[in-house]
Formats: sequence, structure tokens, C-alpha cells
Amino acid sequence: MTALLEVSGVSVTFDGFRAINNLSFNIEAAELRAIIGPNGAGKTTFMDIVTGKTRPDTGTVTFGERSISLLSLSEAQIARAGVGRKFQRPTVFEDQTVAENLTMALKAQRAPWRVLFWRETQADRDKVAALAAEVGLSDALARKSGELSHGQKQWLEIGMLLAQEPRLLLVDEPAAGMTLAEREHTTALLVEMAKTRAVVVVEHDMEFVRRLNCKVTVLHEGSVLAEGSLDHVTRNPQVIEVYLGRG
Amino acid sequence: MSRTFFAKNPSVLWFLLILALFTLAVTVLSEAYGVAFISTSFVKTLGKTLCLALVALAMDLIWGYAGILSLGHMAFFALGGYMIGMWLMYARTEEIVVAALAQGGLPATAEEIRQGVATQIFGVVGASDFPLIWVFAHSFWAQIALVVLGPGILALVFGWLAFRSRVTGVYLSILSQAMTLALALYLFQNDSGLRGNNGLSGLQNLPGLDAVSQDDVSMWFFWASALALGIGYVLLAWVVSGKFGSVIRAIRDDEQRVRFLGYSVEGYKLFAFTLTAVIAAIAGALYYPQAGIINPAELAPIASIYLAVWVAIGGRGRLYGAVIGAAFVSLLSSWFTGGRAPSIPLGFYTIDWVDWWLVILGLSFVAVTLFAPKGIGGLFDLWQGLRSPNRRGAPLGPDDGALMEKEAKE
Repeated sequence: MTALLEVSGVSVTFDGFRAINNLSFNIEAAELRAIIGPNGAGKTTFMDIVTGKTRPDTGTVTFGERSISLLSLSEAQIARAGVGRKFQRPTVFEDQTVAENLTMALKAQRAPWRVLFWRETQADRDKVAALAAEVGLSDALARKSGELSHGQKQWLEIGMLLAQEPRLLLVDEPAAGMTLAEREHTTALLVEMAKTRAVVVVEHDMEFVRRLNCKVTVLHEGSVLAEGSLDHVTRNPQVIEVYLGRG
Repeated sequence: MSRTFFAKNPSVLWFLLILALFTLAVTVLSEAYGVAFISTSFVKTLGKTLCLALVALAMDLIWGYAGILSLGHMAFFALGGYMIGMWLMYARTEEIVVAALAQGGLPATAEEIRQGVATQIFGVVGASDFPLIWVFAHSFWAQIALVVLGPGILALVFGWLAFRSRVTGVYLSILSQAMTLALALYLFQNDSGLRGNNGLSGLQNLPGLDAVSQDDVSMWFFWASALALGIGYVLLAWVVSGKFGSVIRAIRDDEQRVRFLGYSVEGYKLFAFTLTAVIAAIAGALYYPQAGIINPAELAPIASIYLAVWVAIGGRGRLYGAVIGAAFVSLLSSWFTGGRAPSIPLGFYTIDWVDWWLVILGLSFVAVTLFAPKGIGGLFDLWQGLRSPNRRGAPLGPDDGALMEKEAKE
């Protein structure tokens, strides 16, 4: 069985501090996975490694059927290979309209020369309209994204991720700062997306993780402490000690 | 493409219209083709101003849109001038040398002519042979190609090294300034092959056109400059209007996020840097034949800083802002520093504008940065705002008079 993403034996040290310590795990091609862990457990560093922002000292990270190594690729190449990342704080281009933001994210040629001669087709306009409808921003297409509310910006960013059509989606605390209704909508969307691609959610909020109803990986001090269903890991005495016990 | 392009960018048509009217007005008022109201030297000043506006456009793309404050674009401008200057000087000197040798009776050999030209050009720096970089100077088309290739390749190499190492922000500004300074210091040396601090001179005389007066030549260059500015404006407006423009503005605002979208930020920066360097070089190649002389002082870092000041005062991030800034500030600057502005005697002190102009320029740069970051171009927003006020937010009702979201909150 080949996994979509294989992380094996990865370690990274920042100024003597071991942020990731011999981390290994796999993500399947169509899977929803939650990664939880206390602060400093290495959740964000793990995302940085997979997306190419941080280079590990040792270990391998391979992606896709042909098992290409992500470690030798730049951030942009990794993104083109099919890894999308959603940041904790919504990062949209505030000076540009919702339509421009979505158009930029649409899966298409990314080379400067191709982009220079790229002209919008009716198919592109339809795609942008469909994406905007999916994330509830149909009425806001012509608005500058800086004018949107916090929740709407989160949605726009999710829309941009969908536009990229990634095979692996890394989502950092999607529920942060959302209302209850928005959380439900987000949960449904993540579950839906995980049917056709891998979605990895990094989350603090146990209630939200419970809603996702998926396999959970608990990180602690840079390595995997426990893995399995939420009920399974929450019964693990070590997990209770390092994470839940602090509650 | 063209109809929707102009429909989406009405300012391009306005710009072309104003440029055409301006060109026509200057032609009608010129000594060569009109009523001789404007002196030839002022026509040259206006033509040079159009070239400065073109290089300001390039600066606006790289700084206003892509967010890279390059302090080296006037070096590319000057290099473009050097490239065309080499041919102008060679061809012109060759004519004079051939005429002089012909008086000896016997026809001169090619070698004698070549030697004569070299002595004429490089006598001032104590040399009598052509340096290697003059190898193409006899060919007009080769030097025209070098106008594009020389600065273009320099920008490509410099940009590749800088962007690949992810040098950004103020560090990139310093690096580009260092490049400019190094180039200027190199050219100041007599053995650099470009006549050291003497520079190249007599560029206003076109080879083979002795019979044509400067009145006519100045108008030709004025037209060429206006044409180049028009083409440059349309080209850059097209570049920034599509997805490419979207991407470079996104790079300006958050380049890490652009990387995660799958765009190679370095490639885009390199593309914009090289394109603008080439535009700057073309502007320089049109400028220096009108100025008549070029020397390494033109590459001094201060020139590139002026360029940034023009764009800032005119309004970054909008093309017409850069043109307005370059034209307005450079014309005002030549008025003040040309000694034409009357001094103001205060009794105990006389305000001499040649000295005080720089202070005023500096203060207005600071004031614009602090209080009007949109620059002069922002006035157009103000005017637009009066016609159709932006009341922020989406309308809450179907009628024109419906309250907008933010208004309703107040």
C-alpha cells in the first residue's frame, strides 16, 4: 500500500532545540486526519517541512504515486505538485478583489511568460463563480477582499485552496475565530473535501476534532505519541498526561 | 483583446490622447515645423522629460507594482545611453577623419581611418587604440541591439543572484545601489574604455546629417520619445492589467503566500526587473542624444534616488502617477536649478533657489510619504470620489440611495 504522503525519520533542530524528533507517519490519498498536540509539539514545523518552508536535518518526505521527494523542491514547486496550505490567520490579498484572488489561485500554468499571455476564458469565469458560490461569496466577487469580514476572509482562503485543486491539503486551525454556524459549515466542507483528497487538519480544539470524526495523530515534543480514533487516543495514559491532563 | 483592454483601462486612452495633443502642440509651436514659439533647447528639454517619464514608468512597475525598491535603474538608463553614444561618436568621428585624410590627396586605407578615429576619440585619456568593448561601435544595428542586450543581461545576472538568495526589502535597495556605485566608479577610470570622466560627447550630431539643423533633429527625437513613451505606457498597462499584474501585486503584499499558491516568486521578480531595465535602457538611448553628452556622473546613485522620488511624488502603483511625477518634478527641478527662479531677498539672508531647491524637494518627498502616500495621482481618486463617492461596503437596499453597510453601522 502506498501512501500519498510519507514522512519518515524526520528531525529538525533550531538552535539546539529539537522541534521535530524522528517523526514518521503516512497520509492516504483520500483521508481526513487531525493532528493535535500541546504548544511546541511541532505541528506548525511539520507543516513548514511538508510545504518546503523549513528543511529538515535528516529524514525523507515523499509525495504521490511516484514518491517524489519534497525536500529538494521549492515552496512553489511543492504547491504545484499538489500540496495546498491554509494558514491560521486568513492571508488573502486585501488590495485585490475576491475574483482576482480566486483567479490567481485557479489551477493553471504558473510560469511568468504563460501568465503574462494568459487571458480569462468563459470556463475560468464559470469556475470562479462556482467557487465563490461554494464558499458563499457570490455577491462579493467584485469587492476588495480587504473589505470582507474575518469569517469571509477565511472562506475566501478556503475557496482559493479549492481553486488550486490540491491533492493534499494542510489546514491550520480552521475553526479559530469562527462562529458555531461557520464551524459546522467548515466541518462539512472538510469532510466533503476529504472524500477526493487528503486533508490534514491541525487543531487545538478537541470539540472540533470530535466533529471531524476521523483518525487522530497526537504529536508531543516533535514525534508521534499516539495514533488512532479520538476515543482511542484520549484513553491513552501518556496523552492524558502530556496534553489532556493540563486541561 | 484590444477592445476589452481599453474598456477596462480607460486611463490608457486618456493618456494616449493627452500625449498626442501635447506632441501636436509642441510640433505646432516648434521652430522647425511651426510658429517658432518654443526654442529648440526647450524642445530638447521636453523630449528629455518624456524619456524620464518612460524610465519612471519602468520604476513604477518594479517598485509600485512589484514592491522592489531598486536604486539601480538609472544605471540601466545611462548604460543604454552609452551604448547608442558609442555608435554616434564613432560614426561622427569617422566622417571627420575621412574628410581630413581625403585632403592629403591619396585615398586613406581602412587601417589609417581606424587609427585616426581611435586617436581622436581616446586621445583625451592617453590611448590610441580601440578597447575591446568598442568592437561593434561601427555598426548602428549592433549598438542598437546592445542597448537592449547590455543592460538586459546585466539586470538578468544581478537579479538572478539577488532574488535567488531571497534578498528583499531594504537590503535589495542597498545592493542595487552598490551595483550602481560600483559601475559608476569603474566608468570613471580612464582605462575602462569609455573615456573615463570625459564620457561621450557630441551625441547631438547625427552622422551623415550635417545639413540638417538641430531644430529638425530635436523634433525628430521629441517624436521618437513621445512614441516610445506611448508604446511603453500601453505595454506596461497591458502587463499590469491581467493575471501577471495580479501576481506581482500579490508578491508586493505577501510573497510567501504567493509561493504557496505555486508561483515562483523569484522568476516573476527577475522578469519584472529585467523588463524594466530594458525599458530604462531604451529611454536612456533616446535621452542622451538629446542631452548631447553622457559621463559616469549620470550613473551616480543620486540619479536613481531622484527616480524613486519622482515616482513617490507622482503616485506609486498607478502608471500615470509615475509619468506625472517625473514630468512635474524634473521640469520644476530644471527651472529651480537653472537659475531662472528669482531669488528671494529677506534682508538678512537671500534665498537662492539653486541651493534651496533640494531642501524643498526633500521636504516634499517626506511630506508626500507621510501625508499623501498616493502622491499627485491620488488627486484623481479625489476627483473620482466627488463624482461617485465610495461609501464603503455593499448596498443594503436595491436603490441608489440605500445605506451602505458601514454607514448603517455609524
